[in-house]
Amino acid sequence: MKIEVRLFATFRNGRGKKVVVEMNNPTVTEVLQSIEITDEDVAILLVNGQDGRFDQVLVEGDYLSIFPPVGGG
Amino acid sequence: MYGYHGKILRINLKTQEVKVDALDLEIAKKFIGGRGLGTKFMMDEVDPKVDALSPENKLMVVTGPLTGTATPTGGRYMVVTKSPLTGTIASSNSGGFFGAELKFCGYDMIILEDKSEEPVYLNIVDDQVEFKSATHLWGKLVGEVTDELQAEHGKKAKVMTIGPAGENLSLLAAIMNEKDRAAGRSGVGAVMGSKNLKAIVVKGSKKVGIHDADALKAVFKDSVKKIRENGVTGEGLPTYGTAVLVNIINENGVYPVKNFQGAYDPDADKISGESLKEQFLIRKNPCYRCPIACGRWCEVDGKEMAGPEYETLWAFGSDCGITDLKEVVLANDWCNELGLDTISAGTTLAAAMELRELDLVKAEEIDGQPLEFGNVNAIVEWTKKMAYREGFGDKLALGSYRLTEMYGRPDLSMSVKKQELPAYDPRGIQGQGLQYATSNRGGCHVRGYLISPEILGLPEKIDKNALEGKAFWAKAFQDLTASIDSAGLCLFTSFALGADDYAALINAVCGTDHTGDTIFEAGERIWNIEKMFNLESGVAPSEDKLPRRLLEDEIPDGPSKGMVNQLDKLLPEYYELRGWTKGGIPTDERLEQLGLK
Repeated sequence: MKIEVRLFATFRNGRGKKVVVEMNNPTVTEVLQSIEITDEDVAILLVNGQDGRFDQVLVEGDYLSIFPPVGGG
Repeated sequence: MYGYHGKILRINLKTQEVKVDALDLEIAKKFIGGRGLGTKFMMDEVDPKVDALSPENKLMVVTGPLTGTATPTGGRYMVVTKSPLTGTIASSNSGGFFGAELKFCGYDMIILEDKSEEPVYLNIVDDQVEFKSATHLWGKLVGEVTDELQAEHGKKAKVMTIGPAGENLSLLAAIMNEKDRAAGRSGVGAVMGSKNLKAIVVKGSKKVGIHDADALKAVFKDSVKKIRENGVTGEGLPTYGTAVLVNIINENGVYPVKNFQGAYDPDADKISGESLKEQFLIRKNPCYRCPIACGRWCEVDGKEMAGPEYETLWAFGSDCGITDLKEVVLANDWCNELGLDTISAGTTLAAAMELRELDLVKAEEIDGQPLEFGNVNAIVEWTKKMAYREGFGDKLALGSYRLTEMYGRPDLSMSVKKQELPAYDPRGIQGQGLQYATSNRGGCHVRGYLISPEILGLPEKIDKNALEGKAFWAKAFQDLTASIDSAGLCLFTSFALGADDYAALINAVCGTDHTGDTIFEAGERIWNIEKMFNLESGVAPSEDKLPRRLLEDEIPDGPSKGMVNQLDKLLPEYYELRGWTKGGIPTDERLEQLGLK
């Protein structure tokens, strides 16, 4: 199955805005590992636009949005 | 004297009488300074029922005890007055360098009274206060006025001025300093314009007394370290500015689109902080003694200008159905030049576009570019007309509430207490909705930035959709923010610092014995006196509400699809925590406890 990972801020450096990872029912941590991002690097983790967990097992159609520590307005 | 100079500069604009009053230091310590002190003086000296644009209203420019000291971000000041937009207390905060320079003149605050017969500006050099004719400056843009006044009074002089919007009494007018820093909200620029006061120039040489220089050095080092090591203040804000929020808020599905008709914009990345950095950013544009430096400096077609904040990118961008970054950067620059609040200006255009979409405003009323969602050519043109009050711009100048009310649909104004909401849809962020509704200056995010825990996870992550605990968080953030605003520091330090840090900074400078608890208590005192001003001005507790759309119409699409704000479930707990009546009025008992009776 394909999991879309939307990347923002410095996560885009060398990776672009979006990567698609092909894995079977991975956890969020496993998806991140595959693109060389650790859980500790991530300040905001969204699964389908809602707060996600790193141990969450992903299913077909899920997408991730991840942000490093960023800011306020 | 430490932290404070103990001096109030009182200026009567009609008689041109200038007095220096002694500042009662007990009162100063009780209300800290800035926002708190200004509100205390407004309460004591101005009838809250006064017409905000009449000579009887006063305009107070107030520093905090940390303004002009060696504290991180210690250069902020507050403009406190009665708002012509909301009828509430107005207290608009600004950075840049003006606040510190005013403090160096030897004053803690300026109280401006009555109205000048002719346009004037004030030139303040330490003890010398000079009235100067501003006839030649009236009508000019902020950048030009600043350049002319600095040419006359020297580059070291700092200039606070209004633009044409303030002169023309637009209720969305800001007061600008250093050309691009704004005491932006609540129409404070119109109050200055109503007094025929174009600008204030300050140049000072007096240092602020420090109680314990060694202690300050230590606490400065410690707080800067915390700011630098924090991901938000040490890396995110310096790299992208506040604009980085576009994608964060959009990905959460709480990014208002087309006057809050939607909450997700698939094209938002085109106007994001990442895109701004890539396309227009040339350097950072920091304020006085700021280790964060979130301000942006851009270049567009060879012209350099300040870059937009997150709220501005959204207000002129997705809220108007626009994702043309260049045009939004230009609209931001025009707001700075004209002296307009970017949030209220952009969102008032969005409200007008919805009125037009519904054909409540007829095409023939629009004497210029069609005011339609997505029309990139509309935003700069109508921003100018709003400031100059030309044609339909005369209606826009009054803000979205009065505009939509004229067409029988005030529910289409996305505002609280007639002030436009900023860029977070409270249908998908429950605590932020409570904070909006109870804000003492109407729709505002910086009276208690619950986005920090609800979205960014600072100081800890809480569920944005949950109701539990939100009343507590709203009250805590509101109280702490009131103290930070009063001390003379930037709210953004609070991503990295806590109440104990602020207590340590204030104690080192002033020799006080604040603790984290007393910082919260002072903030609560300030919150309550603001509320009392509002009640006496006639703004009823029933105004602690949100626009109908946000309570009843579900978010139509995106990650927060189906959500509405549940304010009615949070308000009773909030009032109880504040020690107020069930109807939202501070009790005598609570006011007594806070030393307000």
